[in-house]
Amino acid sequence: MNTVEEKNSLYKSRKQSVGAWFGSGEPWIWVTGSAVAASVIAVVGLLLILLVRGLSHFWPADIIEFEYLDERSGQQTTVVGEITDSEQVSLEQLRSAGLQLPEEGGEFRQRDLIKTGNRDVTGSDFRWYLSENMRNIRFPKGLMVLERYEWGNFYGYLLNVKEQGREIAAQQPAEFDPETWQVFEARLKRAIELNDTIKAIEKHETRALNYRLERLRLAERELELEIGLDALAKNLAMAEIAQERAEIDAEYEVLQTRLTDLHQQVDRDSFTAVTADGRQLSLPFAKIVDALLPNQLNAVEKTWVWFTKIGRFLSEDPREANTEGGVFPAIFGTVLMVILMSIMVTPFGVVAAVYLREYARQGFVTRTIRIAVNNLAGVPSIVYGVFGLGFFVYGVGEQIDQLFFQAALPAPTFGTPGLLWASLTLAILTVPVVIVATEEGLSRIPRAVREGSLALGATKAETLWRVILPMASPAMMTGVILAVARAAGEVAPLMLVGVVKLAPALPLDGNFPYLHLDQKFMHLGFHIYDVGFQSPNVEAARPLVYATAFLLVVVIAVLNFAAVSIRNHLREKYKALEH
Amino acid sequence: MDVSTEKEICLEVRGLNLFYGKDTQALKDIDMYVTKQRVTAFIGPSGCGKSSLLRCFNRMNDLVDGCRVEGQILMDGVDIYNKQVDPARLRRRIGMVFQKPNPFPKSIYENVAYGLRIQGVNKKRVLDEVVEKSLQDAALWDEVKDRLHDSALGLSGGQQQRLVIARTIAIEPEVLLLDEPASALDPISTLKIEELIYELKSRYTIIIVTHNMQQAARVSEFTAFMYLGELIEFGNTDKIFTNPTKKQTEDYITGRYG
Repeated sequence: MNTVEEKNSLYKSRKQSVGAWFGSGEPWIWVTGSAVAASVIAVVGLLLILLVRGLSHFWPADIIEFEYLDERSGQQTTVVGEITDSEQVSLEQLRSAGLQLPEEGGEFRQRDLIKTGNRDVTGSDFRWYLSENMRNIRFPKGLMVLERYEWGNFYGYLLNVKEQGREIAAQQPAEFDPETWQVFEARLKRAIELNDTIKAIEKHETRALNYRLERLRLAERELELEIGLDALAKNLAMAEIAQERAEIDAEYEVLQTRLTDLHQQVDRDSFTAVTADGRQLSLPFAKIVDALLPNQLNAVEKTWVWFTKIGRFLSEDPREANTEGGVFPAIFGTVLMVILMSIMVTPFGVVAAVYLREYARQGFVTRTIRIAVNNLAGVPSIVYGVFGLGFFVYGVGEQIDQLFFQAALPAPTFGTPGLLWASLTLAILTVPVVIVATEEGLSRIPRAVREGSLALGATKAETLWRVILPMASPAMMTGVILAVARAAGEVAPLMLVGVVKLAPALPLDGNFPYLHLDQKFMHLGFHIYDVGFQSPNVEAARPLVYATAFLLVVVIAVLNFAAVSIRNHLREKYKALEH
Repeated sequence: MDVSTEKEICLEVRGLNLFYGKDTQALKDIDMYVTKQRVTAFIGPSGCGKSSLLRCFNRMNDLVDGCRVEGQILMDGVDIYNKQVDPARLRRRIGMVFQKPNPFPKSIYENVAYGLRIQGVNKKRVLDEVVEKSLQDAALWDEVKDRLHDSALGLSGGQQQRLVIARTIAIEPEVLLLDEPASALDPISTLKIEELIYELKSRYTIIIVTHNMQQAARVSEFTAFMYLGELIEFGNTDKIFTNPTKKQTEDYITGRYG
């Protein structure tokens, strides 16, 4: 062995000591790589769980029918419903719950959670059933599931269809008759269309009239409060108001007649359905959202139904204490609030950063302010909520009411939580992020470019406007991106300054001034909290929690992508010099 | 030969001292003239203060924190360090080109039009005219006339530097300060810049800082040699390069230090 020769060799050392392995840097690659892998798995796993649990809710599952031997009473009943979950339960646990079960069959028994619906008949939508006590499991073709405006889903068979109480089609529950179903579907379609018309009228025309009436009331009250006006002018104005009110009342009357007529039309048809245990129910078509025969659908049709259900989830208003229906107002509220927040926070943060970086003398005070701003980013968000409530709502808001909306008092206009205050509170919450990012961007602009502009006779302000700020705009967008990411996910402060469980109207509509900053709004984050914790129907709400959470992630991602693409566009445009 | 008698004096430096912070004195008691429509070159080893002196002429040193100037620089009999002087107006009369090309991240056209837009000129016809003329004067027109609205950052280093010169002459200054304008460029681009200086000197008073003594000898009429913040020798270029009076100058020119 010649050690000198080995020492001088250019080949890799053949000695495989641990020290040499560490020295080679290989373990470091593994450590860093696995950290990345763990992060990727965490993100993908999170999205997958939300996706699967949330979106499977909309799949039209087959409806199962079986005889069930009740463990306690020993009676046999017929049960109809969808299997939504199943789990293994220990024998001991079941026995301590009072069930008489034989020893053979294993230590663990399977039980299934069946969504039986028919809350108006049975009192609950979900029940656990032991798999071993289910007999004669079948999937009858004629089983239908009805989505209703009240009382949740209905599972059962169609018996007959009636027009003004007169039967026009009928079938035996056990034997599915396509013709009867066709009649049923046609009538349902008519009812849904009428309902849509009614809803549209109520949503737009009635609301517009109410809005005008309210403004009239305020105008009248303002007139009453006015002191300087002489009696004649006052009376004249009052008369004008009275005339306009009469006009609105007349319009209202016409609308009401139309609505009554529509309601009568929609209430014309009804049908009788029968539940699994033989109880008959007479239901009006007006109360039905959707009807399906899931056991007759093939995979393609089911996929279609799945997509339409997701579409309705995205586009409709919530029903039944948010446990049914869609989340459109929440999506709308979230996006609108985030956009308003960005519009408020960007100029404010940028201007502050420009002062700190460009004009302020870099001394002790500036450093202290910078540290304070950075620390502001670490204050818990609920604290901002409390601040927003105390300062904006009760402080600024009440002053605004006193000064500009006196006619509406004692009902508050801005002296109550609302969209404006929520956006402002979040703007304050996120302003440190924008300041820090903008300062970073300003400090990265090469000195040469500033000097180039100044050397051409530009003042500092002109240099800022024409060169520095455009070049720093990608950094500002980075700040906005971070701000959006944080603001869209905040729930706690919003609960104090403007978010509600159910908002009667969107904050953006066709009534002047179109954007109603004083209105309360719905928010996806709060919707998750509300559905998850405040819902009377936990089992029904759970999938919605997943679906809404997934949606929130998607909304934030979309908002972020929009901001990122703006930033990339700016970056391309103002590519900094490669010095 | 006396420098001051040959032609009109454009800038006159009187007892100029420049301090960075409390202790560092970058320029010591400088007295000199800059003659109209001639090229004056500053030479000297790195850190001798030639760039600092150049930046005194358009008050670029104002931007440096803790920088203090004593003494006077007279232009048309006015001390440019007088409190009433507006640095922005001064810089419109004394343009500057930096060591590294620093075009704005805008189009070629907008780069040249920048100075005029600052002055409130927004008429397209005027701008078009000035942009074309300035680019022609900077010998860049033929290379960029078909892509005036492309980003200036797509140009080569030499083209960028000529663009910066075009941008500077677009606002028609009287004096051009060139701070080692060719040091970051390849020999061919350097040659083009030198030719350009040769073209421009009939119309502008040019002050150029350079490390390259051949360059100073080729383009300038007057040369100032500086060392450690002091003006060692100032005179006709021919004289400085062939028959310097001071030993330090001779040592530097013959390559004994620096």
